[in-house]
Amino acid sequence: MARKPAKANRRHPLATVVLIAIGLAFTGGGYALFTSTATAQTDTSATSTASSVAEGSKLFAANCATCHGLNSEGTGNGPSLIGVGAASVDFQVGTGRMPLAMQGPQAMEKPPQFTAEQTQALADYVASLSPGPAIPTADQLTANGNATNGGELFRINCAMCHNVAGAGGALTEGKFAPDLTGVDSKYIYEAMLTGPQNMPVFNDHNITPEDKRDIITYLKYLQNNPSPGGFELGNLGPVAEGLFIWIFGIGAVVALTVWLTAKSN
Amino acid sequence: MSTIERSDAPHEIVDPVFSDVPKAANTNASRFTAAAANYIDERTSISAVVKEFGRKIFPDHWSFMLGEVALYSFVVILLTGTFLTFFFQASMAPVTYSGPFVPLKGVEMSSAMDSALKISFEVRGGLLVRQIHHWAALLFIASIGLHMLRIFFTGAFRKPRELNWTIGFLLFILALAEGFTGYSLPDDLLSGNGLRIIDGMVKGVPFVGTWISYLIFGGEFPGEQIVGRLYTLHILLLPAILVAMIALHLVFVVVHKHTQYAGPGKTNQNVIGYPVLPVYAAKAGGFFFIVFGVIALIASFFTINPIWNYGPYDPSPVSAGTQPDWYIGFADGALRLIPPGLESVIWGHTYSWNILIPIVVLGLFIATVALYPLVEGWVTGDKREHHILDRPRNAPTRTAIGAAGVTFYAALWAAASSDLIATHFELSIEAVIHAIQATAILGPIIAYFIAKRVCLALQKKDREIALHGFESGRIVRLPGGEYIEVHQQVDEYERWRLVTFNEYKPLMIRPNAKGKITGTQRLRARMSRWFFEDRIAPITKSDVARQTHDHH
Repeated sequence: MARKPAKANRRHPLATVVLIAIGLAFTGGGYALFTSTATAQTDTSATSTASSVAEGSKLFAANCATCHGLNSEGTGNGPSLIGVGAASVDFQVGTGRMPLAMQGPQAMEKPPQFTAEQTQALADYVASLSPGPAIPTADQLTANGNATNGGELFRINCAMCHNVAGAGGALTEGKFAPDLTGVDSKYIYEAMLTGPQNMPVFNDHNITPEDKRDIITYLKYLQNNPSPGGFELGNLGPVAEGLFIWIFGIGAVVALTVWLTAKSN
Repeated sequence: MSTIERSDAPHEIVDPVFSDVPKAANTNASRFTAAAANYIDERTSISAVVKEFGRKIFPDHWSFMLGEVALYSFVVILLTGTFLTFFFQASMAPVTYSGPFVPLKGVEMSSAMDSALKISFEVRGGLLVRQIHHWAALLFIASIGLHMLRIFFTGAFRKPRELNWTIGFLLFILALAEGFTGYSLPDDLLSGNGLRIIDGMVKGVPFVGTWISYLIFGGEFPGEQIVGRLYTLHILLLPAILVAMIALHLVFVVVHKHTQYAGPGKTNQNVIGYPVLPVYAAKAGGFFFIVFGVIALIASFFTINPIWNYGPYDPSPVSAGTQPDWYIGFADGALRLIPPGLESVIWGHTYSWNILIPIVVLGLFIATVALYPLVEGWVTGDKREHHILDRPRNAPTRTAIGAAGVTFYAALWAAASSDLIATHFELSIEAVIHAIQATAILGPIIAYFIAKRVCLALQKKDREIALHGFESGRIVRLPGGEYIEVHQQVDEYERWRLVTFNEYKPLMIRPNAKGKITGTQRLRARMSRWFFEDRIAPITKSDVARQTHDHH
């Protein structure tokens, strides 16, 4: 049985090193290119001072690192936060979803654990690690856009999970799309931008900042203009209406029939 | 209670209302009334009709008014529906919305949607009328459902009323059809999604499905025809049949006379209650306004079907929480419960079992409801007329079958809201669906046995009470030193109610004229045994006599 000659000899001993060098040059170059576009966005965000980054670093180590890793590289219990940006931190921490109370189908909204300054510091810290979507500025959040356009975009992109009136809906395995009534414009914007939990990311190429503003305008219109028809029964559609007629409609009518046929004394 | 009269003895009525009211014969008004009545009577002989119909007796019980609720909601629907037709445009021609609702300004939509929005926002009182119409429709079908349950559980469908059950059943189906066609008219996102499901079900029928779908929609879904076609059905054909059927239904109520619950003096040959004139005419007339009032109150305060939120129909978006109105929910639920992916391809044809099985199961369920009176009549072999209603406990097998049917329906119904159950009780939707799947199959069986046993137990309790009365808790020492507890006997009226019911026994298998026992006979005997093997015999006079001698 003739042994095959060792193939390793056919390559130059330094071939592997060169290959790695080329690979690194490409990824590094690509990364540099990418960051140069992304940092432009980061720079427009709220001013991050060195002190707030340091403060955020401490808070991160104390509250987040258990699951997300000391360098936010992620662990088996939590995803990496590289590139999630300040917007994601502001959404997750600002709405109380993070830190998680417990592992579950999805992070539940609860009273925020950190103050606005602490949340900002955490956002600054995570943004300082790597570039990512920034917290939207006030002029992106003004609800004075085109509600018609917002409504159409909402029905096409959002309503299948959040319901046409933003009342929320069920997803698989116990997950759900939350009710959007009363949600701060900033969080709506950040959710679209970063795609928290099971939500898809609607980046600025997919839905432009103007479109995002229109969607917020539409949602705020619904919120500020309650139904002209009266109480909305949670905007849940025919199920709520059916339950109502069976409990209160039929209930009232049956009570009245009993009253009408009661024996007079 | 001098107003209680027998309808077979109409002259006996002493009318306290008229005898109590002081006569005011000499006023101008009454002279005019008398003259006018005479004028009409001389030309139409209507007094015979009034006399006959006015002396019609209706017994008094709250459950007898459920059908009336349905009738009055229908009148409300007719009135408000007529108003809506003045403004609704049943056309799918595209227009650009330019009304006052800001988030739809400039959106292209069908004329139907545009006019529905115009009714909601621009026509004076339009939104209120639209909401009354829709809420009344929900109440209409709900009261039909309750009315049917009352008829079923009290055995009011037995001879001679089997045909009227069938007519009532058709009314229920027509009401569903009216509801669904109406739901589809505004051409908003919700109604379009509903139509898409119907389209899917039609297309799921092998061989002809696609052809039928194209026929219905006048081309590929959604096409430009469907709203106009549904409108014709909704305001012309279906209401015409519905009105005719309602008339027939009521004629039969008059012909058969109303049923009554067992009680002293109430027999199969009489009806005890109040006459139409003056009591029921006033009561029922007032009740119409009460029902109208309840609906109007609900419609003034509670939004129904906010089409402006849904926006115009567009085949691409589907909203979370898209459901049909409650009465179609059981069909939607069946589609949600069937496991997905049940399909097979045989010789190039796809058979979508996940569509066909629900259609067949629902068809069988509905057919059972329609034919139940015939089946029960055949099983019992009872050819007598029945005008005294059963208490549900006294027909345990029927009640158990009803309970099983209600459970099955309720499971399908609940399944239609599986997503909302999941979000509102923080459950996983898969768990909810699996739980309801189990309920839909096992629930009816469990409900059947529980209901049957409960009925038999209640019958035993009734028997016990009729024979022994209640334990009074009073201990008496007899002269001989013996202690006994005195039982309080129920009074005659109450006992009558407890003991009056028909006893059935399983049918014997008998050979026919040729001396052969047919398979049909065997089946009938087996079903009869299923119905009546477990039974509690009603107590007899001699039972009571023996018992009253033993105690005291």
